[in-house]
Amino acid sequence: MAKKTGMRSVRFEKSVCIKSVSSVAGTKESEGPLKDCFDISVNDNLYGEDSWEKAEAKFAGRAMEEAVRKGALTFGDIDYILAGDLQNQTTASCYAAAKLDNSFFGLYGACSTFGEGLSLGAALIDGGWGKNVLCEASSHFCAAEKQFRFPLELGNQRPQTSTWTVTGSGAAVLCGEGNYPRITGITTGRIVDAGITDANNMGAAMAPAAADIILNHFRDFSSGPQDYDRIFTGDLGYVGREILLKLLSEKGCHIEEIHRDCGILIYDRDKQDTHSGGSGCACSALVFSAIYKKLIEGEYKKVLLIPTGALMSPVSVQQGESIMGICHLVMIEKR
Amino acid sequence: MNNKENKNNKEYQKLVKEASPDSPIFKNCLKAFFSGGLICCIGQFLMNIFSTYGLVADSRNMLVSVILIGLASLLTGLGWYSKIGKFCGAGSVVPITGFSNSVTAPAIEYKKEGFVLGLGAKIFTVAGPVILYGTLASIVVGIIYYFVG
Repeated sequence: MAKKTGMRSVRFEKSVCIKSVSSVAGTKESEGPLKDCFDISVNDNLYGEDSWEKAEAKFAGRAMEEAVRKGALTFGDIDYILAGDLQNQTTASCYAAAKLDNSFFGLYGACSTFGEGLSLGAALIDGGWGKNVLCEASSHFCAAEKQFRFPLELGNQRPQTSTWTVTGSGAAVLCGEGNYPRITGITTGRIVDAGITDANNMGAAMAPAAADIILNHFRDFSSGPQDYDRIFTGDLGYVGREILLKLLSEKGCHIEEIHRDCGILIYDRDKQDTHSGGSGCACSALVFSAIYKKLIEGEYKKVLLIPTGALMSPVSVQQGESIMGICHLVMIEKR
Repeated sequence: MNNKENKNNKEYQKLVKEASPDSPIFKNCLKAFFSGGLICCIGQFLMNIFSTYGLVADSRNMLVSVILIGLASLLTGLGWYSKIGKFCGAGSVVPITGFSNSVTAPAIEYKKEGFVLGLGAKIFTVAGPVILYGTLASIVVGIIYYFVG
């Protein structure tokens, strides 16, 4: 029987469970509104290392360890690791995985990487490729600023539309059985080019991709906003959320009540001076810890997690090319 | 809607503009005016002190620049200049202290990649264009001055 549902979605026949979830958060994140939801709070963004890049690899490694530990497993039980981050050649994930002995898929979906990992991980479990799959994503404010923008100590002002890259890492172990929240379907986004060339307005670059994937999901599953308790987008921020809601309402789709954005949830905009909100692979990966908790507690029965990515390359942007968006939607239900 | 349509979508650009809050330009201008003025006053204050000690104009000018550059570099190393820059905006970018910051900040950031290919190669990533086009502009002005002046 075909698993593919509609144009862009897959409905899993077998049960794909999220056995455990972990989160290792940086300093600013640990001072934010979700501080109590994280497993480990690190009050040193260098995490005892001597470079931002190494620190991010340590965040990634700790999140993987914690997810495996919480799932009462060892790394010997993990058949595949699917991981990604924002650094060139996804070095944080690779360096973290280099210390392990597991089969590894490195992913790059910009800030949508966690959704990409969960989607592919769920497919591996459903396809019977393994018993346990570990999905992980990380980002680091300082490493991202260094790679994509300016040196950290440069005294400039950030525009109101800019977002703050989340420092931290989140991981999840997927397995085939057990009484855990389940991934019941995925919708895979397409690359959407909205013609945005402003590297300080990622929300605007991603919002059309998010609108596209939500509409495709509703069509593929013949569902609507009323079927979900919450729809979480990854890191659209305040600007991107406003655009997303406008784009959807133009199509007659209203999700205002149930829509939340991880980038808005993770920081307190007024107290933490984060302008449009949080971003980065770790944004949705960290907030997922809080979502998972509410799924376990029964507050949510069915949610959509839609990590959103802006595929920003400094080289292309300098050449005047636009920034493209991509999203990966994961449908999660309480068992 | 396909990507080709998206790219030329004026309506979307309009929607983005509406949703994107502007920086508080008036407030920023005021802050830049007074903070930039303050930095210049510090320079003038040093200049006056040096003249009371009888330094000639050339040495005085140079000494003031050296002190301001050194001070801004020190503040950058201490992690304070980025905070000053956040508040002052152009006020702390335009004076010579901003130039100093734009050289010291990459030096700190890329030190980790080594003294040659890191610090050495990337120290002027921010200030480089200012040096290049500043030099070019001075040549152009020099030529004009030669004929007109």
